[in-house]
Amino acid sequence: VAQGWLQIATFIALVTALTKPLGLYMAGVYRNERVFLTPVLGGLEGLTYRVLRADPNREQDWKSYAASTIVFSALFWMALFVILRTQGIHPFNPQGFDSGPWDLSMNTASSFVTNTNWQYYGGETTLSFFSQMAGLTVQNYVSAAVGMSVLVAMIRGIAGRGGDSLGNFWQDTVRGLYYILLPLSVIVALLLVAGGVVQTLAYDVGAKTLEGADQVLALGPVASQVSIKQLGTNGGGFFNVNSAMPFENSNSFTNFVELLSIILIPAALTYTYGRMVGRQRQGWAIFGAMAALYVVFALVIFPAEQHGTPAQHAAGLQTAHVDGSTGGNMEGKEVRNGIAESGLWATTTTVTSNGSVNSALESYTGLGGAVPMFGLASSEVVFGGVGSGLYTMLLYVLLAVFIGGLMVGRTPEYLGKKVEAREIKLASLGALYTPLAILVTTALAVATEHGRVSIFAKDSPQGFSESLYAYMSQANNNGSAFAGYTGFVQPNPPGNKGAFGITFADVLGSLTLLTARFIPIVLALAVAGSLARKKVALGGAGTLRTDSPTFVVLLVGVIVLVGALTFFPALLLGPIVQSVTTDLF
Amino acid sequence: MRRDLVNSAIAVVLFTVLFGLIYPLAFTGVAQVVFPGQADGSKIARDGKVVGSKLIAQDFRRPVLDRNGKPREDADGNPVMAADPRYFQSRPSQTGYTPNVTFFSNLGPNSVDARDTVKANIVTYLAVERRYTPGLTAAKVPVDAATQSGSGVDPHISEANARIQANRIAAVRRIPLERVRELIEDNTEGRFLGVFGEPGVNVLKLNLAIDSETS
Repeated sequence: VAQGWLQIATFIALVTALTKPLGLYMAGVYRNERVFLTPVLGGLEGLTYRVLRADPNREQDWKSYAASTIVFSALFWMALFVILRTQGIHPFNPQGFDSGPWDLSMNTASSFVTNTNWQYYGGETTLSFFSQMAGLTVQNYVSAAVGMSVLVAMIRGIAGRGGDSLGNFWQDTVRGLYYILLPLSVIVALLLVAGGVVQTLAYDVGAKTLEGADQVLALGPVASQVSIKQLGTNGGGFFNVNSAMPFENSNSFTNFVELLSIILIPAALTYTYGRMVGRQRQGWAIFGAMAALYVVFALVIFPAEQHGTPAQHAAGLQTAHVDGSTGGNMEGKEVRNGIAESGLWATTTTVTSNGSVNSALESYTGLGGAVPMFGLASSEVVFGGVGSGLYTMLLYVLLAVFIGGLMVGRTPEYLGKKVEAREIKLASLGALYTPLAILVTTALAVATEHGRVSIFAKDSPQGFSESLYAYMSQANNNGSAFAGYTGFVQPNPPGNKGAFGITFADVLGSLTLLTARFIPIVLALAVAGSLARKKVALGGAGTLRTDSPTFVVLLVGVIVLVGALTFFPALLLGPIVQSVTTDLF
Repeated sequence: MRRDLVNSAIAVVLFTVLFGLIYPLAFTGVAQVVFPGQADGSKIARDGKVVGSKLIAQDFRRPVLDRNGKPREDADGNPVMAADPRYFQSRPSQTGYTPNVTFFSNLGPNSVDARDTVKANIVTYLAVERRYTPGLTAAKVPVDAATQSGSGVDPHISEANARIQANRIAAVRRIPLERVRELIEDNTEGRFLGVFGEPGVNVLKLNLAIDSETS
């Protein structure tokens, strides 16, 4: 158990140490400076602007930036939908998969374009290699780059000295792709293959087991997709069970590399932020608020899982740690990951909007399963998705500044700019849309016959947890799941025979995914546009300092209040009931 | 707006080619050259034949035969399986150890099904091991032996689990217990940097080692 704490502490220390160097590098990329990769990739960058017929020097105001973001994402959505609908004629389709139902394709397209990667599909049983590469891998890149672009646009608004410009969408997106995501992803993919993650175009490797049975080893171009799935906080697995599958996450080395990749960029972006607004302490203050919540989550989930479940105790299983065995709740967990690394992963993947899993979240203890839900309930601002986490966090910062300003009786200011009614209205809408979407969709899902079809643990608090989790995950663009909840029935023989989408869940999910991604994006850009125009006033003695520990506490309070408490009644019905009872049902 | 449409349409084509074809295909080429063994699934061969992958668990049970020598079937028509006493047993699997169709058990913390599954796994484990490990009780069954893994093909078992099974292997295979324990240690994969993850005993590799010990 002490070993488990050591793993968690070492990991968090390492993330903190890497925040500065990577953050500094990314600041250089987004300030359009020469970076060390410019000699290698500068030519490709210039060529790309010419091919795209985009002028990287065109200054865009918030409306123009938002329009580019939405048109770009809309066309990629269509492209992915078409790819998923035409599997029958794909090259690189060794298993000969067909397309499956339209509503499943719709959900998957929405899921990947919004950087969510919710899996109603089962990777190895429904998708051709072409869909995985040209469809999903591409989205892993571009949806992550779009998130970062929106963030830097917002930062420019906050740092701006008058004027309307938030930068250029094309330049930000291309530079994010070429200088940040591509090189990191190649490095991580190489490490993963070295560790054992597969990368091949061959599919069916047959083996005769020691008992003489036939075993089919499903392979594929996995490492190249998994590296960017983690770095881009996407999370969609090549395999149905995601990073629990040894071919996707082979051992404690690959597990470490993947876990670090999940949180690396979101953490480092706080430093990039401090750098770009010219006040490094502001970046660290935000990092501090994020880290505080992250540590609390990790502190809760590990002992909860180590304790084991009422069902296991009722069966007479001894879940204490003994020599040679971790003990704890090992249902749905892999021996090589154990309790600590599984719990840390579950925390990390849900506070960032990654959503990949290395263990089955639905099999977590009541309290252990509540931690991922609180991660989702805090609107993915604890590190959050690449870009999306921090731009949502900045909306919360403005709310905290406003509330703090009211408390001390001053005009609220952030970094020398007056925060006024317009910004607060927009920020509130941005912060409240997601919780609203979750509660309405969950209500629909549990109150209607069509919605309840998706539930695996019928007529129990667990079934409610599944439904709540599904819409929390999709609305926060996370993608992790209490995986019993389904829009798609597993297992199925290869070739999609017998696979069917559950239209209600697929369609409602798609709408949730798309609106909860793009409404906050537009609102964040609108706030940025409005802040960009403001003149900077010198702070006086009465200005509320936004880089002090007091402000960090206030910010955490606002997140917990707005984000988490909104869900308290709902959480009560699911995970909290389960964590206080030892009854089985 | 029209300008965005043109830019975006070209971007769809360009980025799909770049990140969807060139990147994964070129990387496949590199991986195949630099790490061919890992890239192809860390296969293990014996006598020139592929017997599995070191990363993927196998079923070390065999069908139970009835009096006529035919495989016995349960109520659902699936063959009844029982542990092959000559081999270390993998963790229970909700998928029947299929590496090409993976899914979670999704058994919840308060689920009656979860209790029944764990109970059944304990009973099975005791039935196989108690003969060789007198005094083994439900309370001493390691957690990994009674619960299903995430992937259904977890290649490892815990050291505690392996040490219990070692008594059976030593007796059935007539190998000194000390030697079996040595082989367990040889096939235990440790933590990364001694810190991250948990040690696990690779069942397939261990069983191959046991086989070559007796042949």
